Amino acid sequence: MATAVEPTSAVKTKGRILIVDDELVVRDSLSKWFISEGYTARPVSGGREALETIQQAEFDVALIDIKMPGMDGMELQSRLRDADADLTVVIMTGYGSVETAVQALKHGAYDYITKPVDPDELSHLVHNALEHKRARREVMRLRESLQEVSPSTELIGKSPAMKKVMDLIEMVAPTEATVLITGETGTGKEVVARAIHAAGPRRYMPMVTVHCGALTETPLESELFGHEKGAFSGAQYRKKGKFEVADGGSVFLDEISDISLKTQTDLLRVLQEKEIVRVGGNQQIKVDFRCIAATSRNLESLVKAGTFRPDLYYRLHVFSIDLPPLRERRDDIPLLVNHFLNKFCMATSRPVPQISAEALEVLMRHDWPGNVRELENAVERALVVGRGNEIRPADFSFQFQPEEPQGGKTLEDVERVHIERILRETQHNLSRAARVLDIDRTTLYNKLRRYGLR
Amino acid sequence: MKPIHLIPLGLSTGNGAADPGLDTLEHLAAALARTFRTPCRIRPETLDIGFSMEAGRRQYHSTAIIERLERTADPGARVLGVTGHDLYVPVLTFVFGEAQLEGPCAVVSTARLNEEFYGLPRREELMRERLLKEAEHEIGHTFGLRHCADWRCVMSSCHGVECLDVRGSEFCASCRNVVLRDGYW
Repeated sequence: MATAVEPTSAVKTKGRILIVDDELVVRDSLSKWFISEGYTARPVSGGREALETIQQAEFDVALIDIKMPGMDGMELQSRLRDADADLTVVIMTGYGSVETAVQALKHGAYDYITKPVDPDELSHLVHNALEHKRARREVMRLRESLQEVSPSTELIGKSPAMKKVMDLIEMVAPTEATVLITGETGTGKEVVARAIHAAGPRRYMPMVTVHCGALTETPLESELFGHEKGAFSGAQYRKKGKFEVADGGSVFLDEISDISLKTQTDLLRVLQEKEIVRVGGNQQIKVDFRCIAATSRNLESLVKAGTFRPDLYYRLHVFSIDLPPLRERRDDIPLLVNHFLNKFCMATSRPVPQISAEALEVLMRHDWPGNVRELENAVERALVVGRGNEIRPADFSFQFQPEEPQGGKTLEDVERVHIERILRETQHNLSRAARVLDIDRTTLYNKLRRYGLR
Repeated sequence: MKPIHLIPLGLSTGNGAADPGLDTLEHLAAALARTFRTPCRIRPETLDIGFSMEAGRRQYHSTAIIERLERTADPGARVLGVTGHDLYVPVLTFVFGEAQLEGPCAVVSTARLNEEFYGLPRREELMRERLLKEAEHEIGHTFGLRHCADWRCVMSSCHGVECLDVRGSEFCASCRNVVLRDGYW
């Protein structure tokens, strides 16, 4: 142990320690010990001085004596944490005051030491307290980065219809209520689901999306509930289902209307009991999630038609948000167009072009049966097709000038002619053509082979 | 080049059983002289540390001892007090030793370096090895050295004899440079 007063600033510190004790000899020897161990230590004699000190400098750990005249350690602990929520507090007690120390722990202290303390114990405790603090900061940092990389939760629109949607999101997000989002295809149901998740108490946990319409019964059950090894051919390993993966977060069930009656029954049980049984398993597993479901179909009519269980419908229909189609909020089109232009140009590092008034008028006149998704695709295609500084009506010609397909009337004929046209527009650049067609390169390649275009 | 003075610390009222023997001190003086390449001599008088005793703990306050050593020390020397009594600072249960950072004085205790303290048979050689490491460590502080992150370096931090046994008895290159700058090597 070395005796010193203050470390020089050039010395790299292992951590910044604030020592609060009314006994000079205690704070002095602790301070010297910390300095010799490579920490920066600041001894102060009482609560008031500690509060003043923390306003002027930042500390990692505060060691506070529980018994002090005036402001005691308990009160000081809470006031220090009010001043700096990130401060880790360690309480110092004498023998026989362990009960008070336990009270301090209940009020948020990290740990306590009994004076005199074994140097090895003190060393470990402070080391662990600093590690704990670093880990907490790291978690915060990662959560923030995760939010930056996660898909957009930004809702674009100032129309009264969208204002109403935003109000509903704000109302339901802080609750645990199941939400049913309805709206035509492309209206932004997943974006709304993400906005609810991001503004709710589960925002730091994952939101897991299941596209129910994309899977048939058995794969969907396996996707939702997981499966045990050997549950079916191909189940080589135990797999956790989405409800387990979302533990503590939200599960977004997109196109809920597309699931089979059997899966509806299983899903109803999960929503009621918050328990799942993996496919091929028999163990009940508790799951903790918030359910957000979406459909573009009218669930009520499906209930009447007998293809959707009424009890599941009522379970999902606790709070519903109906998204307006784009044609009912045309005022939002300019905002959306600008948003997509910025988004695509930022992704491709190109300057953002202006959109001409004529082009905007064309876009606002259109009915957009595919809603916001169709508008998004149209803007992206216009950016690919038009290369100038301004987007003109001609850049949307693919959208508004339907051609009579040449060579036949079947769907395949139409598809072939359309692919040929896009290939011409993109100078046979397959990546660009696939982007315009909103399909992946492999799918485009297969279609080219099928139609003999390659 | 400052020499090192070893000052035996004991009690005028005691029988001296707890004090390190002269052969231990001579062994330590020779080893320190080799390490720091400077004369190291044992002062003939024993300093009574009864004043620093805390009756409740039956331990001796190392900071108080250092203050007394500083008052009596030869200004042209580094002073290391060596005692067989257990040392403490108020907030810790014990210390192996204490030193003034970039100051002239340091103190070490053999009380917890001895295997008998832990209920084991006495091992004189092991105790001397531990004493040398602890003495080098505390004298290192008087050169301004802080605890070193290299666990092999004699300046690394130790809170138990197990750690002390693992720790090396030499300075790492970086710590050695600090001592070198002081003109000892």
